[in-house]
Formats: sequence, C-alpha cells, structure tokens
Amino acid sequence: MAVTLSIPTALRQYTGGAAAVTLASGPVGQLLANLVEQHPQLGKQLYNEQGQLRNFVNIYVGDEDIRYLQGPDTQVPDGETVSIIPAIAGGN
Amino acid sequence: MTNTTLSNEEIRRYSRHLIMPEFGMQGQRRVKEGSVLLIGAGGLGSPLALYLAAAGVGHIGLVDFDVVDESNLQRQIVHGTSTLGIRKTESAKRRLWDLNPHVEVTTYEEQITSENAFELLRPYDVIVDGTDNFPTRYLTNDASVMLGKPNVYGSIFRFEGQATVFHPKAGGPCYRCLYPEPPPPGLVPSCAEGGVLGVLPGVIGTIQATEAIKLIAGIGEPLIGRLMLYDALAMRFRELKLRRNPECPVCGDHPTVTELIDYEQFCGIIPEPAQTDASYEITPIEVAAWLKRDDPPFLLDVREPNEWEIGHLPGATRISVNELADRLGELDTAREMVVYCRSGVRSGRAVDLLRGTGFRKVKNMIGGILRWSDEVDPSIPKY
Repeated sequence: MAVTLSIPTALRQYTGGAAAVTLASGPVGQLLANLVEQHPQLGKQLYNEQGQLRNFVNIYVGDEDIRYLQGPDTQVPDGETVSIIPAIAGGN
Repeated sequence: MTNTTLSNEEIRRYSRHLIMPEFGMQGQRRVKEGSVLLIGAGGLGSPLALYLAAAGVGHIGLVDFDVVDESNLQRQIVHGTSTLGIRKTESAKRRLWDLNPHVEVTTYEEQITSENAFELLRPYDVIVDGTDNFPTRYLTNDASVMLGKPNVYGSIFRFEGQATVFHPKAGGPCYRCLYPEPPPPGLVPSCAEGGVLGVLPGVIGTIQATEAIKLIAGIGEPLIGRLMLYDALAMRFRELKLRRNPECPVCGDHPTVTELIDYEQFCGIIPEPAQTDASYEITPIEVAAWLKRDDPPFLLDVREPNEWEIGHLPGATRISVNELADRLGELDTAREMVVYCRSGVRSGRAVDLLRGTGFRKVKNMIGGILRWSDEVDPSIPKY
C-alpha cells in the first residue's frame, strides 16, 4: 500500500528531478527517512545537525501541518499525499 | 458607511464593479478610501500595482530602490523598454498615472529597514509583501504584526508560488507561525540564481491583488489561515491549513520579540568583507592573462547545465555547486584552479567548500561570467 510524497521545485535537484516519490505507507517520520535513504543529498536539506527537521521546511499530511498532528509519528493513510513545503523568498 | 463620493467620471470607469451587488457603490467607495503599501515594485509588485490602480485604490505606496533592467522585462509588466535604467518607483508611477489618474501614488526610493519600517507602514491600511529576500520578509511580517495590519504575502520560485494573508489581529497566523526561522544563506536560491517563469509572478501577484482589494472593500472570505500553492508546470492549485502558533515569538500569546530586530543577522547574513578573503579572489582580467601563459589554471564552472549552454569559458570543466561535494575525486588538489559561476556567489561557496576539504590552490573569479563579459569577452552573453 502506498502514499505519495510530493517534492517541491527547490528540492528536486536532490531527487534527480523527480516531482513525486511513491513509498510504502507508515508514520511520516519513517517515510521521510526512507526518502532520504533513496536520495541521500536531501538529508542535509531536511534535517539539521541534531537530526531534527529544519524550521524552514514544513511537512503536511493532506492539508494539515504535522506540527499540529502527531509530528513525525503521524500515521499517513493509504493514498494520502505528504508534501514538503520549504520557505521560498522570491518575488522580484 | 463612508462619506467618500465618486465623480461621474469615476462611476463610468468603475461601472463593472458598481453593477455587482456584492461590490456596489459601497465597495468602490471603500476601495477609494483605502490605501495599500507595496513593498517591492518587481515581479509580484508589477501586476499588483497595475490591478490596484485599475481598481481605484485611493492611495498606493511603492517601496523600491532598484532601477529597471533589461532582464526584468520578461516578467515585470509595469515597466517597459522606454523606462530602462530609471528607478522602478518612477517607472511604475508613470504607468499607473496613465492607467488611472484618480489614484494617488507615493514612491519611496529606499530599502525598508528596521529604522524606517513603522514610518513607512503606518499610513497604510494593507501591506503587501512582494520582496525577494528573507530578511525583508521577516521585517515586513514583524512590523505588520506590531502595527496590527494585514500582510498580503506572496512568494515565487521557478514554477511554484505561495500566497496567503497574514493577519494575527483577525485571528490568523503570521509568517513566523509558518516558518519560525529562515534557511541559512545559500541553501535556498534566489530568483536571480534559480530563475523564474515570467508569468508566475503574474499569477501570484494577481492573487495578492485580489486579496488586498477584498480586504479594503470588506467583501468575501480572505485568504487568512490558508496557504495557496500554485505549480505552473503541473497547472495545479492546492490549499493547506495554516494555524496561529500560540508560542509564536511575534504574534503568540506571550511574544518575546516586541520590537524590530537586525534581520540580516537573524537570517545569518554576514556583511560582505568579513566573508571574503581577497587572497582567494581573482579578477576576470587576471584570469584571461593567466590563461595565455604556459601554466594555465584548471577552470571549474559550478553552474547548472542550462546556464553552461548559454555560454562558458573556453576549456572549462563543469560540475554544479550542488554536486561538488560528491565529485571532489574528479579534481586535482595539486593543480592551480579558478572557479567561476554567473556572478561569483556560488563560486565563492564552492571555493569555501574546496578550501575546507584540502584544495589550497583555488581562487574565485569575482564577478563571474557577468564581469568576464564586461571586461574580457563581450561575445559571452550576460543573462
């Protein structure tokens, strides 16, 4: 059973250009760990030196921020989309 | 109820608003009484300024200290070929005057700073963030929260955009609830480094303009507590929930940031001179002379393949700055090396990385391809 992780433009250079990755369902923390295993360069972008998710990267399960669910322990139901939403500043 | 009146000329001009029952005379009078401050008159600011002026917003403020450059015109539609080289505020003001002379436009040819932010924002009802960097975005957020004003937010990158309305006074979140901290410099590229689809700021800026007009007209459901995401390549809109964080240092229940701070420092930006060591630098003219000698350096281009295709230095080898850490094995530590990119920023990072991993004979070509084109070989295009 699978869930989709959507990769934002800013991070696609670390996933070989892939806009979405399909992974087996599970807690969101585990999904991200599996993603980083497939694409090791993403690790530095997503996690700080202490191994915590960086503060300018938000993770959503469906339309809800995992900070307001159960954080990395949030279970991702089958067929749901997990989105990585980094801060972007462009406007010019 | 407002006392502002509309002249017959204005009634003709705004008739398509006036005949909508949801908007009507009352909405149009409020728009005429309203004021909006646009921070940035660039990609997002262009469609914003045009639509706000066309809609009859009584007072529009424009903050920008830049001048119109050829590379702006692919997306900054308020400017034109005839205003190349003049200040963006002045260029936009001319266009807006032509579009709608009933609108008052005030221009500020300066950068918004912690010192002038309150003074700039105070006279306006709605603040619109169309800037292009993290320090200004945090500053605009904090100043708007402290003054209790709505901040209509939009940002863009390549093919993707985000928009929302931050308005803690109305119960919504602020920018710091969404992103408590900025990314360290260098991790997230700017539009100048990363590129941007020309129509993208049109879509996001128009969403911001819609929200600003709704806020001052007092109609509809504002984009508060919702983050609109737009992907131009997939042509898909999505909406995510945003919540006010009770622990937020600026808009939370017990704020710890109660005055404006040093936002460059907050965003980890170290002033230029401290960051660069002149002995690691070399000018394009020096590189050109060195390449003619019998001990030419190894030339490393750290840009992306599509940039390389636009033009590159003869004899160079390309490894993108993001791949460099994994491809150090392809480089010779014993050989003299010159690293370059478009403007010298990415190559500076590459030189830091290389020096940190044992490459001692590495120099950064300052000013990059842009300066090479100016000073050595104009046949290499600037972009």
